[in-house]
Amino acid sequence: MDIENKTYTISIYTENNIGLLNRVSAIFQRRRINIESLNISVSEIEGVSRFTIVVEMTEDQIKKIIGQIEKQIEVIKAYYHTDEETIYQESAMFKIKSDLLFEEREIQNIIKESNAQIVTVNRDFFVLEKSGRRHEIELLHRELSVFGILQFTRSGRIAVTKEPMQISQMLKAFNQ
Amino acid sequence: MDTQTIKQKQYLEQPKERISGSEAIVRCLLAEGVDILYGYPGGAIMPVYDELFKYQDKIHHVLTRHEQGATHAAQGYARISGKVGVAMATSGPGATNLITGIADAQIDSTPMVCITGQVPSHLLGSDAFQETDIVGISTPVTKWNHQITKASEIPEVIAKAFYIAKSGRPGPVLIDITKDAQFEEFDFQYKKCEGIRSYKPIPETNIESVKAAAELINNAKKPMIIWGQGVILGKAEEEFKAVIDKTGIPSAWTIMGASAIPTSHPLNIGMVGMHGNYAPNVLTNECDVLIAIGMRFDDRVTGKLDEYATQAKVIHFEIDPAEIDKNVKTDVAVLGNAKESLELLLPLLNKNSHQEWLQKFKDLYAFEFEKVIKDDLHPTKEGLTMGEVLKEINIQSKGKAAIVSDVGQHQMIACRYAEFNETKSNITSGGLGTMGFALPAAIGAKMAAPEREVVAIIGDGGYQMTIQELGTIFQQKAAVKIVVLNNEFLGMVRQWQQLFFDKRYASTEMTNPDFITIAKGYYIDAKRVTKREDLANAVSEMMASKEAYFLEVCVEKENNVFPMVPSGASVSDIRLE
Repeated sequence: MDIENKTYTISIYTENNIGLLNRVSAIFQRRRINIESLNISVSEIEGVSRFTIVVEMTEDQIKKIIGQIEKQIEVIKAYYHTDEETIYQESAMFKIKSDLLFEEREIQNIIKESNAQIVTVNRDFFVLEKSGRRHEIELLHRELSVFGILQFTRSGRIAVTKEPMQISQMLKAFNQ
Repeated sequence: MDTQTIKQKQYLEQPKERISGSEAIVRCLLAEGVDILYGYPGGAIMPVYDELFKYQDKIHHVLTRHEQGATHAAQGYARISGKVGVAMATSGPGATNLITGIADAQIDSTPMVCITGQVPSHLLGSDAFQETDIVGISTPVTKWNHQITKASEIPEVIAKAFYIAKSGRPGPVLIDITKDAQFEEFDFQYKKCEGIRSYKPIPETNIESVKAAAELINNAKKPMIIWGQGVILGKAEEEFKAVIDKTGIPSAWTIMGASAIPTSHPLNIGMVGMHGNYAPNVLTNECDVLIAIGMRFDDRVTGKLDEYATQAKVIHFEIDPAEIDKNVKTDVAVLGNAKESLELLLPLLNKNSHQEWLQKFKDLYAFEFEKVIKDDLHPTKEGLTMGEVLKEINIQSKGKAAIVSDVGQHQMIACRYAEFNETKSNITSGGLGTMGFALPAAIGAKMAAPEREVVAIIGDGGYQMTIQELGTIFQQKAAVKIVVLNNEFLGMVRQWQQLFFDKRYASTEMTNPDFITIAKGYYIDAKRVTKREDLANAVSEMMASKEAYFLEVCVEKENNVFPMVPSGASVSDIRLE
């Protein structure tokens, strides 16, 4: 068993019910584990939600956490994966003064090289959106900080696994 | 047409009736077989109480004197009957007063459904009068909870609540119902819950793991079993007894497992844990195979984990997958219900007797007897001991009483020395250690099993935490026997202060009221015993009483409970003095 802290992505398939976020986050809270990021969305299965949670801990700890999560009545199944086992992305938005876009050629180059998208431009500001790995977003943040960022926000990680998850078969078996 | 489809069709063909949400709640309870519930009325739950008035010939509502009493009574009811206990309260303070009992039920796996009233849905989140977010508050201490804001949700949610509370590893469920949902009328139909897709109450038992367990057990030279409440909750007492009778394995119990087999069983080697017996604690660190059945390796059982049974192969029979490897690493985990797992295990086991190994337990028991038990049960010095009171109760009840104990020194004494001849006879607050548990829990236990003698063993501290439930006992004519072992101290804390805080008795000495006058004020027969020569007659009089009876026994002020595994120490470092 690996006793070193690692980054793990937890994927939880759940019923879409009020209060479940509380139950899941309380499991981390009472063990004093900091959640690095958390995202909840619809999943590939109709009516089933998917939590994507990023945490740093040992494999021994995460196995216990997964056990506690799966105990929750409305949790259908929980999985954990290392970075190598997933394909993952984050998304960030930068709000920047419009003058800079027209006056600073370097900003135009940064936007182009980073593959960021301009979401909107008006007289006062423009908004950039960048999706990618954390380090790519952080690089863009560093480069743009020199010029001044009016607002910045970054989403939680979303991830899919390289190996298939057996969740659909599980649900099918229940319905039979 | 299969059975499921026929049932579904019958359900759909049932005539719908237009009734209020509050009547629906009562009808749902009736459909779940509830005939008794414990609670306390108030503004936000009044429509339900109004319906209960109408249905009082079918459901008996017990008015406790505090909502905490309602939950503990429901726990006592559930623990002795194996059925779901039901408690009810209004919103706000009524609901928050349930929390201690809910937390207690959660950690001790007790099936309970709590129903709380809530402010009308249009006032939710507005800090309305007596509004609290009870769903948020109770989330970490419930197996499941849910808020209902529409009457039409009531049947399905209550059906789910009962299914969840009693299935798999049981636990408490809280349903919060807004007042407008209680008034709203809708077309009522009820169907019991038979499954929830995201919830698998009992994991499948893997036969390979059972075979692996059997092989380890068959090859063991010094095997030892520790069983917990899972044997009782899984109704596996017979299967468990068959396994130990066939294999001859010395078997110890956690306090939640007590009474699953009789105290006198020759392979019953006593209690493990902080104040457990000497032999099973010490020999946990000598056995070669440790077989845990329906127990969760609580820290009060294991002591220092790094030094707990490190020499042994560990087999864990468990219904809750999250308990596997949580505290103690297992070599073989057998998931599933204890009854079914042990049924599968039994034919794979070789007949055996471990006489030499068992003798080691007997030798250490003899040592413990000389050092501790003799003085506890047969004292020669003047002051009365808690142990001799328990011994007298054993004699008078012939070991048939259900013992409901509170929390503290007397609890450990009760668990150590009470004789249990029947299963579900030890009702105590194990995991949460809730002082104030016993008096209301005894009410519930007596109501669930009126034919049984129910004796509550309580300390003077815990007794005063829920002493108002004497009112419930009097009003309900609940014939519980209450024994307060009065040492005018918060005894267990005082013991710790003596042993680990240089006898600085900070806030543990109690100046107590006249308990006899208080009991008599509630019209309960009462007697105080201060001398050994009066004890037997007093216990005899108590046991002969057909009504509730209060017995105060003034015991030695500074008696300690030994053996003791100091907090954080290894189980083999258990102290006898």
